[in-house]
Amino acid sequence: MERKEIIRKLAEAIRRESEGLGRIRIMHLCGTHEDTVTRYNLRSLLPENVKLVSGPGCPVCITPDGDLQRVFHLLERKKVTLATFGDMARVPFEGKSLFYYKAKGYDVRMVYSVFDALEMAKKSEKPVVFFAIGFETTMPSTALAIMEGVEDFYVFSAHRFFVPAMEHLLSLGDVKIDGFINPGHVSTIVGVKAYEHIDFPQVIAGFEPEDVMLAILMLLRMIKNGERGVRNEYTRAVKYEGNVKAQEVMNAVFDREDWEWRGLGVVPKSGAKIRREFEDFDALKVFEDVFEDFVPKEDVKKKACRCGELLRGLIEPKDCPLFMKACTPKNPVGPCMVSVEGMCNIWARFGVRG
Amino acid sequence: MAGVVEMCIAIPGRVEKVEYPYAVVDFRGTKRKVRIDLLEDVKEGDYVLVHVGFAIQKVEKSEAENIAELLEKVFGV
Repeated sequence: MERKEIIRKLAEAIRRESEGLGRIRIMHLCGTHEDTVTRYNLRSLLPENVKLVSGPGCPVCITPDGDLQRVFHLLERKKVTLATFGDMARVPFEGKSLFYYKAKGYDVRMVYSVFDALEMAKKSEKPVVFFAIGFETTMPSTALAIMEGVEDFYVFSAHRFFVPAMEHLLSLGDVKIDGFINPGHVSTIVGVKAYEHIDFPQVIAGFEPEDVMLAILMLLRMIKNGERGVRNEYTRAVKYEGNVKAQEVMNAVFDREDWEWRGLGVVPKSGAKIRREFEDFDALKVFEDVFEDFVPKEDVKKKACRCGELLRGLIEPKDCPLFMKACTPKNPVGPCMVSVEGMCNIWARFGVRG
Repeated sequence: MAGVVEMCIAIPGRVEKVEYPYAVVDFRGTKRKVRIDLLEDVKEGDYVLVHVGFAIQKVEKSEAENIAELLEKVFGV
């Protein structure tokens, strides 16, 4: 059977399954799922009563301005090499980004992997600070780098645990959804077991269009049968236990604190704080004197940006007055337009205007 | 690839050569050295998902085999 035919058959099955279900809202939780959905125009294949919305599954997007301001604050006061992933360097705060600092002569480097930063630290005279973002998928790599114990290598952890954010989303009164498509790559690390305690219909899905369509079908069946808990569609990569070794490394290095997310407020037990045993590598601890006079501000330039509501699935890019007007991939106002995993950026790239 | 890092994305590739804690992984013709020490027992010929330079999980089957399995699950073909 051809791929098109498979997807068409899945769409048909979804339509049959959705009959008589009323209005259903399904939320996916990963920027790469949004990419698949938009690239293959899957929303156009869904019946009218089934709506697929996008959640907080973009690490760059959910990193709050406070973290970025702290990084700027450190960079302005200490002679360090600041290494981070490319998209993070483009997020503006009051019109400045890490790229802006780089252009001004500060030592800002874009890296593909935390080990690029570690190699820099081995050669550099200056301290190297890795501005670390990402969910459980990315955390084990940072943890492993910290465990190597390289001198002059420090981590500014803005990592956040994703699973607590799902529970938090359900506790927010304004998020009206009937099922989750769980993030595939986070799941390769945390496993199926990490979601079992969440009393809500969930399906872990892969990233091919067939995966997403099948996950929607599975969710509709769960919703119809009143079934709760988690099912796994992405069996080729996600095991019940997950990646136990990666979990051990991650949990050895990171504790869980209550940290803020853009759009979600403070999410209990979601902040990947570096444990005291590894505080010699914690930039926030090692350079704590720098932050004594730190006061977070609000970015007036982002007043009209609706990234926060977008991350809760309350609106789509077209509902934001800035989308493709004052805010474009070339001149982004908020992180949802910066990141290749942000819904605004994805819609802009694929020419979706509403 | 530096500069365009998709945080959630993980790409499947085939392990060509193991030099622990590294391995050379073939992503449809593009070869890259990746860390494999977040996984147990990676062997040549294994398929792995790679994220920010690390193999994070083994993938059991090729996409083609997976799609055949999908069909069986949904339509009993």
